Amino acid sequence: MKVLVMVKATATYPPSDPESKIEAAEMDDFNDELVKAGVRLAAHGLHNNSKCVRVNFDGKRKTFVDGPFAETKELVAGFWIWEVKSMAEAVEWIKRSPFSKGEVELRQIHGPDDFA
Amino acid sequence: MQDIHSTIDAVWRIESAKLIASLARIVRDVGLAEELAQDALVIALEQWPRDGVPSNPAAWLMATAKHRAIDRVRRDVNLDRKVKELGRDLEIDDVMNDDPFALSVDGDINDNLLRLIFICCHPVLSTDARVALTLRMLGGLTTAEIARAFLTQEPAIAQRIVRAKRALSAARAPFEQPEAADREARLTSVLDVIYLIYNEGYTATAGDDLARPALCNEALRLGRILAGLVPHDSETHGLLALMEIQSSRLQARTTPAGEPVPLLEQNRALWDHLQIRRGLVALARAEAQGKGLGPYALQASIAACHGRARTAEATDWPRIVALYDALATLTGSPIVELNRVVAVSMARGPAIALPLLDALADAPALKRYHHLPSVRGDLLARLGRHAEARAEFERAAALTGNAQERALLLRRAAASAG
Repeated sequence: MKVLVMVKATATYPPSDPESKIEAAEMDDFNDELVKAGVRLAAHGLHNNSKCVRVNFDGKRKTFVDGPFAETKELVAGFWIWEVKSMAEAVEWIKRSPFSKGEVELRQIHGPDDFA
Repeated sequence: MQDIHSTIDAVWRIESAKLIASLARIVRDVGLAEELAQDALVIALEQWPRDGVPSNPAAWLMATAKHRAIDRVRRDVNLDRKVKELGRDLEIDDVMNDDPFALSVDGDINDNLLRLIFICCHPVLSTDARVALTLRMLGGLTTAEIARAFLTQEPAIAQRIVRAKRALSAARAPFEQPEAADREARLTSVLDVIYLIYNEGYTATAGDDLARPALCNEALRLGRILAGLVPHDSETHGLLALMEIQSSRLQARTTPAGEPVPLLEQNRALWDHLQIRRGLVALARAEAQGKGLGPYALQASIAACHGRARTAEATDWPRIVALYDALATLTGSPIVELNRVVAVSMARGPAIALPLLDALADAPALKRYHHLPSVRGDLLARLGRHAEARAEFERAAALTGNAQERALLLRRAAASAG
């Protein structure tokens, strides 16, 4: 099954403090492990939300709102797509990530080929 | 929250191959290594629900398995003798004082994993045994999961694995990578095993148990791991590209009712374009090795022609014909020739393709192959020779063992009559 792993803006990566080099290397190692295990299908970081556009649909009316937006809790800062055997495997992998704060959300992607 | 057993299952999934590979390096016996790893798993199943999952489950499993290895050496005189015979310096203190990851610097892990892959696909084993052993040792699948995927009974798979381990012991297959002279042939047999696993999943229809299509993901995962281990092997990237691109069509190739949808009639919006892109990247790696393309990379190139085409009409048929030419030269396979004829019919028309097809009719490999009359029926229908087309579709329907395919062929026969 494929899993979308959404890294929220609250998760302390990329870290902002100057001593973050070690963490960056840890994240590289983690990504290497994912690739070597055949788990990582895609990995992308997102620009901050000053370049974000929100579109609201209401019947025939569409409203466009440009970023930035003040709230950060639910914002997605980056995402992976992983191929795993079960949600438990995805959870086991995220335990091995170098994140130390904040939230990461794992969502199963619909597919024809999941283990029942 | 995840329950503890699915956590253990997940840890096993992630760690088992590395664990078995490292243990096999120590005890020089892959069957024994797998038993030791299983022992560690059993202990985890007892202890973790009580004490919680250790903070580094991989290191815990490795340390536990090593303890078991030493217990076994002490208990099992035969094993002790065997270890001595092999002249192994299995110094108990050395092993125990090791940091569990002392053996696990990257190069070693890669090396051991490759050894494990090679030994699971060893030539002394039957193809069935290679497949079962690979799924078990490298995929971390249980015998029950393998049995379900292959529609057989669990004891049969367990037996197959036991026999395979015995055969490896009897042949004294060394836990080493093959010599340079053998390496290419051995690697090809690894690729063949992976593709066999893939096809076992791919040819399953939607109505089948979902464990079977999951075999496609299993094979893809093995292919990705292997591509990381032998990054300069063109055919490994070629096979990976082929599987990625084929998998991109999994959602589009059957209707919700499970009827097959021919490639050119598939809804391309249902194709997984991430997977197509991954396939194209893998294919580019295969090409970048600069040694000419082998059979897997050529098949991937053909699949890529379809994957790149936004619509069926945009397919680059002349290029597909050229790729089939190269593939036919390389393999000499009549089935490839048959597919080449289909491509010719698309590139240059059914009238040119029909005599080429009839030239193949006597190939023994195609005598009972339902695609031959099915392609012939298609060419005849496109030439407006409907009565003959109908007879061919009926002949094809009688030859296929797949119920869904038979239904499709009979529908085409009926359509030709009208």
